[in-house]
Formats: sequence, C-alpha cells, structure tokens
Amino acid sequence: MKVIPIVGAAPESGACSEPGPVRKSDLPLTRREFLRGSGILTGTLAASSVLASLAPSQSWAVELGTLNQGEGEALMKMGRTLYPSAKLQDAVYALLAKDLDADAAKSPDALKQLREGCAELDKAAGGSFASAGAAKQLEAVKSLESSPFFATVRGKCITSLYNNEMAFASFGYEGASYDKGGYITRGFQDLKWLPDPPKTASPPSGR
Amino acid sequence: MPSFDMNDDSVVVIVGSGAGGGTLANELCQKGAKVVVLEAGARQSSATFINDEWASFSQLAWLDTRTTSGTWRVAKDFSGLPAWICKTVGGTTTHWAGASLRFHPHEFKARTTYGEIKGASLLDWPLTLKDLEPYYSRAEDKMGVTRTHGIPGLPGNNNFKVMYAGATKLGYKECHTGRMAINSRPRADRASCLQLGFCFQGCKSGAKWSTLYTEIPKAEATGKLDLRPQSHVVKIEHNDAGKVTGVVYRDSKGAEQRQKARVVCVAGNSIETPRLLLLSASSKYPDGLANSSGQVGRNYMRHMTGSVYAVFKEPVHMYRGTTMAGIIVDEHGNNPKRGFVGGYEMETLSLGLPFMVAFLNPGEWGADFGWAIDNYANMAGMWLVGEDMPRDTNRVTLNTSVKDQWGNPVPNVHFDDHDNDIAMRNHAFKQGEEVYKAAGAVKTYRTPPYPSTHNLGTCRMSAKPGDGVCNKYGQTHDIKNLFISDGSQFTTGGAENPTLTIVTLAIRQAEYISGQMSKRAI
Repeated sequence: MKVIPIVGAAPESGACSEPGPVRKSDLPLTRREFLRGSGILTGTLAASSVLASLAPSQSWAVELGTLNQGEGEALMKMGRTLYPSAKLQDAVYALLAKDLDADAAKSPDALKQLREGCAELDKAAGGSFASAGAAKQLEAVKSLESSPFFATVRGKCITSLYNNEMAFASFGYEGASYDKGGYITRGFQDLKWLPDPPKTASPPSGR
Repeated sequence: MPSFDMNDDSVVVIVGSGAGGGTLANELCQKGAKVVVLEAGARQSSATFINDEWASFSQLAWLDTRTTSGTWRVAKDFSGLPAWICKTVGGTTTHWAGASLRFHPHEFKARTTYGEIKGASLLDWPLTLKDLEPYYSRAEDKMGVTRTHGIPGLPGNNNFKVMYAGATKLGYKECHTGRMAINSRPRADRASCLQLGFCFQGCKSGAKWSTLYTEIPKAEATGKLDLRPQSHVVKIEHNDAGKVTGVVYRDSKGAEQRQKARVVCVAGNSIETPRLLLLSASSKYPDGLANSSGQVGRNYMRHMTGSVYAVFKEPVHMYRGTTMAGIIVDEHGNNPKRGFVGGYEMETLSLGLPFMVAFLNPGEWGADFGWAIDNYANMAGMWLVGEDMPRDTNRVTLNTSVKDQWGNPVPNVHFDDHDNDIAMRNHAFKQGEEVYKAAGAVKTYRTPPYPSTHNLGTCRMSAKPGDGVCNKYGQTHDIKNLFISDGSQFTTGGAENPTLTIVTLAIRQAEYISGQMSKRAI
C-alpha cells in the first residue's frame, strides 16, 4: 500500500492550504540538501482535512528521479484535470507524478513519451500548462485525448490516484477489514435514513 | 496425499479445481476412485488471501494472455481481459460472490419456451429441472446455501437496505438477502460471515463456500486425491481407437509432464476448456477433440449483465459487508411483453474504491466522473444478471498469431450482443434506476458489463450429437472417456448465477462416471 512519502517532521511556517500553486522555494535548507532529485514536488495538507490528522506532518515532498520539476508539475495538473476532486489534495496527485517518474526511470520509451507529452501540453496551453487556468488546462488535455501519452497518464491515474490510503481516507472507503474483525460490529447495518427491512427479508445476525 | 505414478492409467484426471473440477474430484474420491487434479494456478488459503482489490487480483486472476474481438464493449476497454476468473486452487470459487439460485423449469427448455429467435442458436437442455432437483438439493446442502435446508438468511447490509426500500416502493414483491453459499451460522466446520466486504478477493473467514477449503481437503482426506497445483494442461492425448489416454502438462518449473488416465474430465472454465480441446487436435481429430459437431468453442455465453450505481444524499458505505447482499427476484420470469425473452435477477453489488474507479465507466474522465467518485461513500450498487442468447458466432477460437508462455496459441474470445441481450439490459438498467430513484437517489449510473465472470456454453450438452459437444452427463458425444465438467456444458445460460448448477451437474456426473467405470463401459 502506498502512503505519502512525507519528508521532514516539523510543519513549515506560513503553510498555506490547498488548492494552490505547488510551492517549491521555501523548504528549509537542511531539507533541500536532503532532497536531491531531478525535481521536487512539495505542498501542504489542508489543516482541516482528514489527511492532516493522519499524516505525521502537514507538509509533504515527493522526489522525482528522472522527470524534471516542470514535468512533474504538469503531470500533477493533468491528473487533476482528468480526475478533478473536491476531496483529493495535491499530495495525492503528486503520487501520479511519482509513479510516472518511476516508469520513466525504467524505460527510455516511457520517458520519451512523457517528456514529449508534457511539451505538447505546454504547446497546447500556449505556454506553461501547469500554471495555466483550469479552462485552458482542460482544453489542452482534451486536445491530446487520442494520443498514447494521454492513455498512459489516464490509465496510471486509476491506480496512482485511487489505490492508496490517502485516497481511501479522503473518500470514506475503509478498505481492509479482516484484521479488524470485518464490518459485522463496525457499521455494516448502520444506515438510519431508510427504514430497516423486516426480519423475513433480512434476518438478524447469527453471531 | 498420494502421488500416483505418471504411467498409472487407472486414474481419473481432472483439469481444474473450481466449482466443477473440485466438486467432481471430491465426489469421485468419496466413491473410491483415484483422482489426479491438475490445476494451473497456485494454492492459496484464507490466511494468504488479501483484503486489497488490485493485490488480490494479481494473486488470483487468470492473467495469461488472451485476445478479444467483436462489438462487446469489453473488447475495447479490457481487450486482453475478456473474463474476470481465477487461476488458483479452487478456481473461481475463490472469487465468486456466493449467489446460489436454481434454474427455473422453463430455462431448461429455452428453445421450446422462447421459440425460434433470429440470430440465436437456442436449444433445449437434454435434461429437466426434475432430473436435477435431487442433485440441486445435495449441492445446496454441501455448500450451505441460506434459505435452504433450514439455514437462515444472512443479515442485510446498508447496500441491501437501500435496495429493499426502493424495491418495495416500486412494488416488487420478492426482495431478500438471497440464497447464498455463505454461512449465516457456523456450519460444516466453517465459521459464520464476518461481513468483511471482500467476497471477490477470497473469503478470509472461510464463511463463503469454495472448493479450496471444502471439497478439496475432504477429497484429500480420503487418500485418493493427488492434487498438483501449478500444473497447466496443454494437451489431451488419445490412442488409435480414439479414446483419450492421458494429458500433457507443464509443471511448476515449466517442465513437460505426461500423466496417463482412464478418464479425463475438463473443467477449465468456458474459455480454457474449449481451448484445450482445440489445442489437442491430431491427425485423427483435425478439428480438435470431441468436435465432430463443430460446436467446440461456439455458443459462448456470458450472461446479460450490467450494473446500476446511485448516489444518495446520505452515506451508504456499500462496501461494508457481503458483496452480494440481496436480490430482487421479480424480473426473473419469461415475459416477452417486456420486449425480450428470458429474465434477469437484480443483486446488490459493491466495489471498493479502487475497482469502482476502474469499472464505473471505463475510459471516462472529467468533472462528472470526479463528482461521482467524490460521492463514493454515498453510493449504492446492484448487478443485473440475465439470460443471454447463445449464438454460434460468439466463440472461443485459437489465435495462432499470439502465443502464450508455453508457445501455444492463445484463446480469442469473440462476442457480439444479441438484440435480445441489449433489450433486456436496457430494461434492467431502467428498472435498476427506478429502484434507486424510489429510494431517493440524487443521481444514477448505468455501468457497462465487467469482464465476464459467468462464462458458459462453449461445449454445450445436447440430445443430438450434431447439436453439441456432450450428452446430459457431460460425456462427450465423440469420446466416451472424455468429459466436460464445468459451465461449458450449459446448453443455455438461464438467468441465475451458474455456480450452484455447475456443482449440481458435477455431483450427478460423478455418479455417472463411477457407474460407467464399475460397468467397465469406460
């Protein structure tokens, strides 16, 4: 199970809540020295979010090993354009960039496709795709819909964005249950806004 | 556990260990036969099953290369995955949801009941419900099916509450928590259901019936079963007289092995079973084994399916508890006034977040999709499953241009929906949406069929040898000691989830094989 690879323990000062531009310049020096990737994606979890209460730190950082900073940011934004969510924070979209970065490290063809795709996104946005407005971003992504690059990124979103514990917590999916004794004592019948079915239709539990 | 000699030609070889193969193995062992089960997959257990959709999929699913063609949407969205079935000891009984419904009498007489339907190759089964009733009863007892044999129904979860509220408001009369092969009470050395919510991922509590921890260990206890996991059968061999003599398989190390046999029973599910017969072509049988009718691989059925999901204002948490938690039975009959023949069932279904994203509407992206997923916790869901029309053009064939890990042609699965399937699906979609609207849905979704879980009919049974591959006992018309022992036998699909009927046919087939062996007829 993927969890957010949060680097550093102390919350940063002046943290802003998301959504907002990816911050990259205000890391403390010690952490910057620690993070030696080809690109570093950083952000801060909204203080009020369910994730902030789970994570060891509100600030997060994801290192890229192959893709550059701009490409990582473009892919994050493309992920949010493809699968926008009022509940998912940028920290989750950063996982998309991280997973694509890992694919790029393994395969020159994958790197080429992602690199050229990001350039196409910039071109379609008439400048920086990552800093373009939402409408422009949507238009740019749509213009690439038939490309293999689009298929790669969209396909990766399915697992990168939604198959991780941050996403589970964000959407209220509790996931693995066996080690907690299942849901038999944890709300499998707790719906109260409809009447309970009669016992003939839904007999009482036998335990 | 015994290890029978490779040259022991007194053994019954069974290919596959799922609902058909696993049950047949136990039944034959109980009667004293020596049985070798060759299972392509590895052996898992409740302890090794994983409560994680993608990880479990990697552990259990049949992921060998397959190709698809035809106009069905699966060929577009999941071109390499026509079916969501398993490669593991216990086969797809590790993955199934547990719904255990008998066929209705008219479903064994599809051709007579529905008449001639253009573009369909309908046929009556060579047996009736009456023939099967005693075996159905034994299967239900064996599997511990709720609402049979005095076994209470399961408690319904939140997803069922929503279905029930909508169904009753809509005027449906028969809605309950179903007949499920999931223990509502401890029974047959298995615990009762913990409402884990991971029925599809292998039941970690063992409450759901699977041959993996029922039939197979019981067969092993007789000392008559030699179960060989990771043993992938690639060919069935025969002698000059045309009788089968054994099988060739690849063992866990990929080495070729040859097991002799007195009888060979094929239960590899409806894609691999016909494929194996076709792969076994010889100079004597140039079109494959048991294929003088040309019917091997044809009439591939997958049930009319679809799902309806709905978003409500309040939370549902549909994933808590049994995946298939309840059923509406009212639409199961044959009522051509609806615009189609045959009927369908409406059964609750839930997917975890990872699979909901993958299957809600494959390929869709954008704000509307994002909104739906944002409301995952407020979703309820149901699966629609009904009788589809057999067509001789819907077919499993060998794709000679693509090879599998052993260098053999992979199966290609071709499917085009019949107009009757489409009319039934549209009706079922509408009714499913009405159920949820009646319960207060804010928005409803029509989800297209998943990769097939109910694969049927590719070696169908028939009264006349020219119409099908096997007789009413699954014995192939052409080769007396070669049997079809899985859902491939189905002449038509019925509206019901097929596992109970597969188990029923396996119990009956074991009696027949045992009798024929005693009489030295095979």
